[in-house]
Amino acid sequence: MEASSITKDTVKPTAKEAHLSVRNLNVHILKNHILKNIDIEIPDKSITCIIGPSGCGKSTLLKTFNRLLDKTENVTITGKVLVDNENLYEKDAEVTHIRKKMGLLSQRPCPLPMSIYDNIAFGCKIHGTRNKKKLDEIVEYQLRAVGLWKEVKDRLHVPANKLSIGQQQRLCLARGLAVEPAFILADEATSALDPISSKHIEELFVELKKDYAIVMVTHTLRQALRIADYVVFMYLGEVIEAGPAEQVFKNPRRELTKKYLEGAFS
Amino acid sequence: MNKKFSNRIFKDKLASGVMLGLTTLSLLLVVGIGIGLYLKSQPILEQKTLWTLLSTTEWKPSNGEFGFLPFILGTLWITGLAIVMALSIALLTAIYLTEYSKSSVKRFVFPALDILAGLPSVVYGVWGTLFIVPWISETLAPHFVEYATGYSTLAGGIVLGVMILPLLISLFVEIFSVVPDDLRNATLSLGATPWQTIKLVVLRKSFSGILAAVVLAISRAFGETIAVLMVCGNLPVIPGSVFDSCYPIPALIANNYGEMLSVPLYDSALMLAAFFLFIVVLVFNAGSRIILHRIER
Ligand SMILES: Nc1ncnc2c1ncn2[C@@H]1O[C@H](COP(=O)(O)OP(=O)(O)OP(=O)(O)O)[C@@H](O)[C@H]1O
Ligand SMILES: [Mg+2]
Repeated sequence: MEASSITKDTVKPTAKEAHLSVRNLNVHILKNHILKNIDIEIPDKSITCIIGPSGCGKSTLLKTFNRLLDKTENVTITGKVLVDNENLYEKDAEVTHIRKKMGLLSQRPCPLPMSIYDNIAFGCKIHGTRNKKKLDEIVEYQLRAVGLWKEVKDRLHVPANKLSIGQQQRLCLARGLAVEPAFILADEATSALDPISSKHIEELFVELKKDYAIVMVTHTLRQALRIADYVVFMYLGEVIEAGPAEQVFKNPRRELTKKYLEGAFS
Repeated sequence: MNKKFSNRIFKDKLASGVMLGLTTLSLLLVVGIGIGLYLKSQPILEQKTLWTLLSTTEWKPSNGEFGFLPFILGTLWITGLAIVMALSIALLTAIYLTEYSKSSVKRFVFPALDILAGLPSVVYGVWGTLFIVPWISETLAPHFVEYATGYSTLAGGIVLGVMILPLLISLFVEIFSVVPDDLRNATLSLGATPWQTIKLVVLRKSFSGILAAVVLAISRAFGETIAVLMVCGNLPVIPGSVFDSCYPIPALIANNYGEMLSVPLYDSALMLAAFFLFIVVLVFNAGSRIILHRIER
């Protein structure tokens, strides 16, 4: 990638091991059983796509990886989410450092209300990096990593919401990468984008999977077909089938998966 | 069918015409009030320069001396105190309500705020007279000054601050609730603590809204009359400390209009005071809109 020309050992994140496994996870909101006995492993250095009809619990599952259900009311969570062998749902789990391992990309890009530069520097600053030169390097490195450097290098200090939607989404990705996560969690991260921007993000994911474990929720089967290494198919809060993309798409073990892939329901 | 169609269009045209008319009317009303006050205040402006009126401190209508400075400063002091006190409390309360509390707490607090906001201001005045004034004169002031009646700038500021508190809290809660959860989640995912998220992102995102709310509260506070009038002592002098009495402009108008109008120019002086208030509120509202507009773009 073009980034290599400026790569300095101090800036380039060292690749991390990413271990995420979900053990017997159940989520209730009030009386509704939203996630049922989820048991999956997320493989490192690959793209895992979560697919399934609307309302089946894809977003909720993704949120449990990051403890983003904390503020939701009346939710009961049982079971374990192990991130590098630390259970996120242990009573006194320290959440912020686990969240830091998870880069999040939401459906609509949401740049922080500050400049392009500060968006990327933000994460580093809250974790204690103050050195201006270091921050400059990180900002440049990450902007290059998402192919945004050439487009914005002359206006690093304009508000981030001046960028186009597609550019904003790449900025959000770069912002997440700047705190050196091990995972990237993306919830329909391309569905609000135009086809070209969307393709851009897909290509980035394929590039990034060398260094990260990427989990993406997607509504478009074709996207999953294009880039998924592993697929998790969910239906009504249950994981029906999970496995290598090749196998799930070509040889689904369960009748329900087959029907879904054939477009019998969506 | 054709006839029915044109009938519908006619009704639509009529409705929009009527609404346009009513909108214009309310606009004209504002302009009309402004012009009316301006014309009524002409007599005194013909005799004295505006600068003399604004910068002198002697208020002796029977001698023809109309110095507005004490009233202007009194208004500024009371409003300033009220905003400073209410702003910090309202911000923290609103942050607690939107970011930390359970919805059961909100169900309890919001109706209480509505009641507070709906109380007639004379009730706040009575509360101030019964509790705040004695508390200042007996408990607080003795630490700082030798003698204080308690009817003071501070009492006015406190009462006014409490009065605008519900307004500020509900505006702030509204402003924080429109900050998308995605933004909070994005910030949390970078490893920020909830407090960092609020301080560095939510507050910043809401900055223009907060500013607009404060300006709105200021223009409300400027015009508040009865409650302030009951506790601030109403002496036309420049307050030397917050324990001194003061005399804000709305209180001046309310206390004197209709009496002593036989004194020459008195009537016109009060109209000028009302015109000041009008202009200040107008300027503040317009200013807030301009700022909002600038920040949003
Ligand atoms: N805060 C909440 N309160 C109550 N129910 C909720 C809440 N969040 C999600 N749910 C319910 O949980 C179920 C799963 O929702 P989720 O958003 O995870 O589905 P999804 O698979 O992401 O759907 P989509 O593809 O439409 O995004 C839905 O039935 C939804 O109604
Ligand atoms: Mg979803």
